[in-house]
Amino acid sequence: MDQIQRRSAWTLAVRDLRDGLTSIHVWPMLGWSEIRQRYRRSALGPFWLTISTGILVAGMGPLYGRLFGQEVGTYFPFLAIGFIVWQLIASLMNDSGQVFIAAEQYIKQVRMPFTIHVLRMIWRNAIIFAHNFVIVILVLVAFVPAWNWQLLMVLPGLVLLLINGIWLAMMLGMLCARFRDIPQIITSIVQVAFFLTPVMWRKEMLGHYQWAADVNPLYHLIEIVRAPLLGQSPANLSWMVVAMLTLGGFAVTMPLFARYRARIAYWI
Amino acid sequence: MGYIRARDIVVQFVVYGLASRSLKKSLIRAATGGALARDAGDRVVVKALDRVSLEIREGERIGLMGHNGSGKTTLLRVLAGAYEPIAGDFEIRGSVVSMLSVTLGMDPDATGLENIFLRGAVMGLSRKYIEQIVDEIAAFAELGDYIYMPLRTYSSGMSMRLAFATATAVSSDIILMDEWLSVGDADFSSKAQARLNQLVSNAKIVVLASHDASLLTQNCTRIVRLDHGRIVEDRQLSP
Repeated sequence: MDQIQRRSAWTLAVRDLRDGLTSIHVWPMLGWSEIRQRYRRSALGPFWLTISTGILVAGMGPLYGRLFGQEVGTYFPFLAIGFIVWQLIASLMNDSGQVFIAAEQYIKQVRMPFTIHVLRMIWRNAIIFAHNFVIVILVLVAFVPAWNWQLLMVLPGLVLLLINGIWLAMMLGMLCARFRDIPQIITSIVQVAFFLTPVMWRKEMLGHYQWAADVNPLYHLIEIVRAPLLGQSPANLSWMVVAMLTLGGFAVTMPLFARYRARIAYWI
Repeated sequence: MGYIRARDIVVQFVVYGLASRSLKKSLIRAATGGALARDAGDRVVVKALDRVSLEIREGERIGLMGHNGSGKTTLLRVLAGAYEPIAGDFEIRGSVVSMLSVTLGMDPDATGLENIFLRGAVMGLSRKYIEQIVDEIAAFAELGDYIYMPLRTYSSGMSMRLAFATATAVSSDIILMDEWLSVGDADFSSKAQARLNQLVSNAKIVVLASHDASLLTQNCTRIVRLDHGRIVEDRQLSP
């Protein structure tokens, strides 16, 4: 707990990130605490989300399969898994803006790495994803006959996706703390992005316009988790785009974080 | 080791979301504690601390006085490390325990035991360390088997006892308090006061903000009075 201020902004920002990441007894506990409060005394807790997601994909699968003229046996797992991964991405984006605003009480009262509030949000969404994963398992058991080693690639894909949540939440968290209109903008963008990203439809359906999916980083973020679960290998392009997104994201966010980290307490 | 030095520190808040032009500056200055001014972009800013300089050495007991909005709490929050001053030099050495909000982070749906871990984590304690002190905290709070029950089943006095026991479980170099903590019924209260006194006498530096002048003169060695974000009085008390 020794603290000596008067360090350079950059050192403090890096230390914040490091101390946050290593506080592995703090943010998982706070993340759980939030889930517990949100679903207090409900018998099924976060499994209510699983049920509603399950009903949604069970209804949408056959309907859109028919609309798009797809064979249900392959389309249903594609849609179900893609939709669940999308829900993770969407809630990461939507919650990102709130990480510091929602932690106002903590930030104004105690000294704590800002990164803890970011990781707590990501952990919370990872827990909800884990609940939804029940559907993925059911779908896998029902539809995908060939189990292969590709399935294991879901782990690095998922970890990479969550790591991208860190810089996103740092950046959007700061932006939204300062400019309160941005959460509304994010919500709209996320809604539109759902239709523009290959979740309900396949990239191949675009024909000559497949580049429209390739230029969409969200598509690649979904692919690195969805493709392994479908027993496929994600395209090299997807790994490359996500790797660049991760590096680029931190390269842009860390200087901003260093510059404005100390201002967050004043903004909220 | 305990040492605090602030030199010309400034904490100011920009008031966003105000139609700044519609505000009559002079009118607001009369109505609020903090000094209102305009910054270069013609935004309204509140100077919560205005070039405050303060040096606190080991052994000192500082009593912070001042009206509402004079900057006491802001100064405590700077000392706690929550606000980083936007200007000036600030240095603090030693471990800090802040008693500004002893219930922060408590979860009504977690058990008393889990809440000790939650509060400990928010205070910056390691899990291993909390495991060492958790029994002592539970015993001091006198909750019996309630410690295994969710916090929402507690009376307000019981949850305050738990919060107090946790906040005062760790001795540290520097203690920050906004008003003297007192909890519980008569029996518990005297036990709590003894524990707090023990903690305070072990600390190297204590900063206590209060409106109660007699409390401060009894417990402190030095009185610092703030007004409109500035130090207007800083005197040693003769022992």
